[in-house]
Amino acid sequence: MHEKFETHEHDVLIIGAGGAGLRAAIEALGHGARVGVVCKSLLGKAHTVMAEGGIAAAMANVDTADDWRTHFRDTMRGGKFLNNWHMARIHAQESPDRVRELEQWGALFDRTSSGDILQRAFGGHTYKRLCHVGDRTGLEMIRTLQDRGVHLGIDVFMECAITKLLKDGDRVSGALGYWRETGRFVVFKAKAIVVATGGIGKAWRITSNSWEYTGDGMALAYDAGAELMDMEFVQFHPTGMVWPPGVQGILVTEAVRGEGGILRNKDGERFMERYDPEKMELSTRDVVARAIYTEAREGRGTEHGGAYLDISHKPAEYVKKKLPSMYHQFRELADVDITQGPMEVGPTCHYMMGGIRVDAETAQSTVPGLFAAGEAAAGLHGANRLGGNSLSDLLVFGRRAGSAAAEHANGSGPVEVDAQQVLEGTRELLAPFESDGDNPYQVHRELEETMQNYVGIFRNEEDLQKGLGEIEHLNERAARVRVEGSRLFNPGWHLGRDLKSMLTVSKAVALSAAARKESRGAHSRIDHPNYDETWAKQHNIIAREGDQMTLKQLPVMEMPADLKEIVYG
Amino acid sequence: MADATFRIFRGDRLKGEFVEYQVPVAPGMVVLDALHYVQGHQAPDLAVRWNCKAGKCGSCSAEVNGRPRLTCKTRLDSLPINEPIVVQPIKSFPIIKDLVTDVSWNYKVNKKIPPFTPRPNVTWKMDQRDVDRVQEFRKCIECFLCQNVCHVLRDHERHEQFGGPRFFVRVAGLEMHPLDGVSRTKLLKDELGVGYCNITKCCSEVCPEDIHITDNAIIPLKERVVDDYYDPVRWFLRKLRGKD
Repeated sequence: MHEKFETHEHDVLIIGAGGAGLRAAIEALGHGARVGVVCKSLLGKAHTVMAEGGIAAAMANVDTADDWRTHFRDTMRGGKFLNNWHMARIHAQESPDRVRELEQWGALFDRTSSGDILQRAFGGHTYKRLCHVGDRTGLEMIRTLQDRGVHLGIDVFMECAITKLLKDGDRVSGALGYWRETGRFVVFKAKAIVVATGGIGKAWRITSNSWEYTGDGMALAYDAGAELMDMEFVQFHPTGMVWPPGVQGILVTEAVRGEGGILRNKDGERFMERYDPEKMELSTRDVVARAIYTEAREGRGTEHGGAYLDISHKPAEYVKKKLPSMYHQFRELADVDITQGPMEVGPTCHYMMGGIRVDAETAQSTVPGLFAAGEAAAGLHGANRLGGNSLSDLLVFGRRAGSAAAEHANGSGPVEVDAQQVLEGTRELLAPFESDGDNPYQVHRELEETMQNYVGIFRNEEDLQKGLGEIEHLNERAARVRVEGSRLFNPGWHLGRDLKSMLTVSKAVALSAAARKESRGAHSRIDHPNYDETWAKQHNIIAREGDQMTLKQLPVMEMPADLKEIVYG
Repeated sequence: MADATFRIFRGDRLKGEFVEYQVPVAPGMVVLDALHYVQGHQAPDLAVRWNCKAGKCGSCSAEVNGRPRLTCKTRLDSLPINEPIVVQPIKSFPIIKDLVTDVSWNYKVNKKIPPFTPRPNVTWKMDQRDVDRVQEFRKCIECFLCQNVCHVLRDHERHEQFGGPRFFVRVAGLEMHPLDGVSRTKLLKDELGVGYCNITKCCSEVCPEDIHITDNAIIPLKERVVDDYYDPVRWFLRKLRGKD
């Protein structure tokens, strides 16, 4: 087999080259491991590059009263107490160091008048806490990490997609993938693997996510025997573009509201007064998304079914300075000058709070040698993520995953790659060339409609059951999609494989959503509109048994007294 | 609404041709929307790179009616829609397939550039004005449109001796970082060949981020090279110290 397929060997293989993957790679290298990073796009194009608003870290540069305790409390309250408190504590405590480290690697943040890193307000954060670079914080972060990693000596495999994790007994031993350019197969042998593949936004029609976000890492881990947790919690960002049609779903940063943007309905009413009179526009994302959706549904929406978001009361120069990419985005794509008038915005599928269940300190999944960090992992955000907590999550847990994976690799004996597993994986990849089934784009469009209509912001039993039925049906069709053309850079072929991951994860979302008969955070059940005491104490866990997807409940970890005092005190 | 005709390059390194596709036009539509339509309905194997669809990632570069553009920001209503719209890959790099080119050379150039290296015992305080000056360079989304139009690469193919505008911007962002402590002028002179640039400003014209590549990055870097290597006093001092 090793003669037949190109094979690379590393101590630690990292799947995904966004913030979490690159931070993990840097750390694993620092622990003496040989590190390979595989990514589906070119280096530097991962979703991190699109993050706009900032990195949440209690540095107290602007609001001096801020500290990790307040950040911890905000995160737990924002997540409706379903967060893994251990992760939330580590995150709040370590974020400031991770930001400082980024600065020491060359990142240039906006400054306060005394020369420190400037911080801005964001939804659900008590204090001004988001370290930022205008509205292109993610670009600054990914360039910094990418250059650091490349110069330290990570091997980067760009435009390479992983389709299967390989196992040696209970342990992971590597991965099978293909080069997008040539369509040739490639085998990676590794003692430890970090999944840092991001989310599943491409399963919804209206989404801020790019083509890459097809739930690959979650599905790969699930297939390899790992548990998925909290999959019903999908974040719909309150403000995506709604018009013109081609830009529907593209993100409008929360920094617009952080900088003082006001939401109004078509009657000019500042409707957030009715939903959260205290925090108004800076309420948490779940609340604001539901508010905008409800206004539109009840007939008070804008022409294209959204709400107005207005920052034009601020001086034009200030808006251009603090929100430059929003200014250009609206001017060029929607013919709107945001310094002069309001934007039209509506909810867009943005982020997956759930994901691979991991240990708080090591980021290891339930499979030995398999780690996960960033959006692909569950736990930190609970039922709803606060804006800005994602970039800090990538740094804090990317670093921890990288270090634990390297230690795991350093401490374990050689692993073997099983030729039979590789062969099965390649057969599955080639099957669509022999098929006469559906066009993968058609199946994808139908999945997007299904998730949008039945597993959206507001859910009920009937819709979720319909959605599950549709997913089963689409699964059968996805197994028989046909490919036109050759193996050379063929997006239709690639989508056919990605569909499999999307369907696995979509089913996990719908099953978990149907099970949780209450409303909490981003999960809103019209038929169960309130909190439920029993569900407050349980996570949904998805796992594979044979060919069956199973669902069980896991008790929420009890918080120690000192943390309870912080959260409830 | 009416249809638009697209003439899209289909082919690989060895051969290729322009193929026509009819695409229904929607309000506010951009060229990338049309490419996606073709992919989703007529040619599922059409190779095209894209990610953010909002001008932030720099993946979807191509030449539209001969102009280097991000297809996600090129509105159909800015083009003569009654004529076929021609879409072809950027030219400075080898074609892989259809609109996808092999840009790996850029990543090799980047590896040559010494990373940010703080001055010893530096205090991590910076003035916003100093930061502003550098942030212009750090806006670069690596779409490589500047590399595509640069004569030194496009016409003279000096990929071995020249770094191209993208990497002058990158070096400028490091050299002018308020706390950086290493010099990259030798690299600029010897390996990135900044001297080959004859400041025609083609790169600045196509930059979707409006970075003033020539005025704010390349010219100041050329001046630094001149100061370090062609200033007679410094030349003499260098000889005296035995450095090249």
